[in-house]
Amino acid sequence: MNTYAIDGWAALGDPTRRSIFARLAVAPSAVGELADRLPVSRPAVSQHLKVLKTAGLVTDERAGARRIYHVDQTGLSRLRTELDSYWQDTLAAYKRVVEQPDRGPQHPEHRHPPPGDSP
Amino acid sequence: MSETTDPTTVHATIDVDAPQQRAFEVFTRDFGAFKPATHNLLAVPIAETLVERRVGGHIIDRGTDGSECHWARVLVYDPHDRFVFSWDISPAWQVETDPSRTSEVEVTFTAVTEDRTRVELTHRHLDRHGDGWTGVRDGVSTGEGWPLYLGRYADLITARASTTG
Repeated sequence: MNTYAIDGWAALGDPTRRSIFARLAVAPSAVGELADRLPVSRPAVSQHLKVLKTAGLVTDERAGARRIYHVDQTGLSRLRTELDSYWQDTLAAYKRVVEQPDRGPQHPEHRHPPPGDSP
Repeated sequence: MSETTDPTTVHATIDVDAPQQRAFEVFTRDFGAFKPATHNLLAVPIAETLVERRVGGHIIDRGTDGSECHWARVLVYDPHDRFVFSWDISPAWQVETDPSRTSEVEVTFTAVTEDRTRVELTHRHLDRHGDGWTGVRDGVSTGEGWPLYLGRYADLITARASTTG
């Protein structure tokens, strides 16, 4: 289901990557600009950007000799995919519940289906 | 089922073997019994999920420690045809407090036969969450926006890693 080689969640688990991502959320930037403002070397910034890009969190585009990174706008489509499976799962579970004989209000402790007829 | 796909809307449909009235009752009353437990916005396990079944009511997750999460507002409560609630959850699965940045979920119930009901769910206006994804400039500068937001991401990853190890 996840079409990205690296999960966005995992990619943001690194504090440096989070701060890079947070900066890109404010303004698209080139590698050098990010490196100037963070206590990280330029090659390290590049490496982090690569991970963020693989995770689908940032994209880049060429602007003359520079490459500008910005937050990936396809967040919406990923949200959509996630909600799509969320609701499919919810309705499938709902079908199981509604097709059972009525047992009155929910019992939250019930994590397992009720036992069958006891002899 | 492939009409024109609106990128800001999610559709899901299911037919259930239950009369329309029961289909509506179970959906609104027992929501917590079938809502996936995988997306818990509380720090502790959910003890119960309550649906306040009136316009202006909330859908509330209550944690085992008594903490509560109001993550939806009931917008339409029309037994046994229609139920609409807001989705006050950001793309990062945190409660969204700004109503202009929330989407909405409409659920309709239509009798197919006396004992069979079609349940159609539409989650729309997803683009309204877009601000939560790309914006929050002010939040970033005050330290309450993205950094906090992303810190929570990280907390969740840690929690996930320790439970799915």
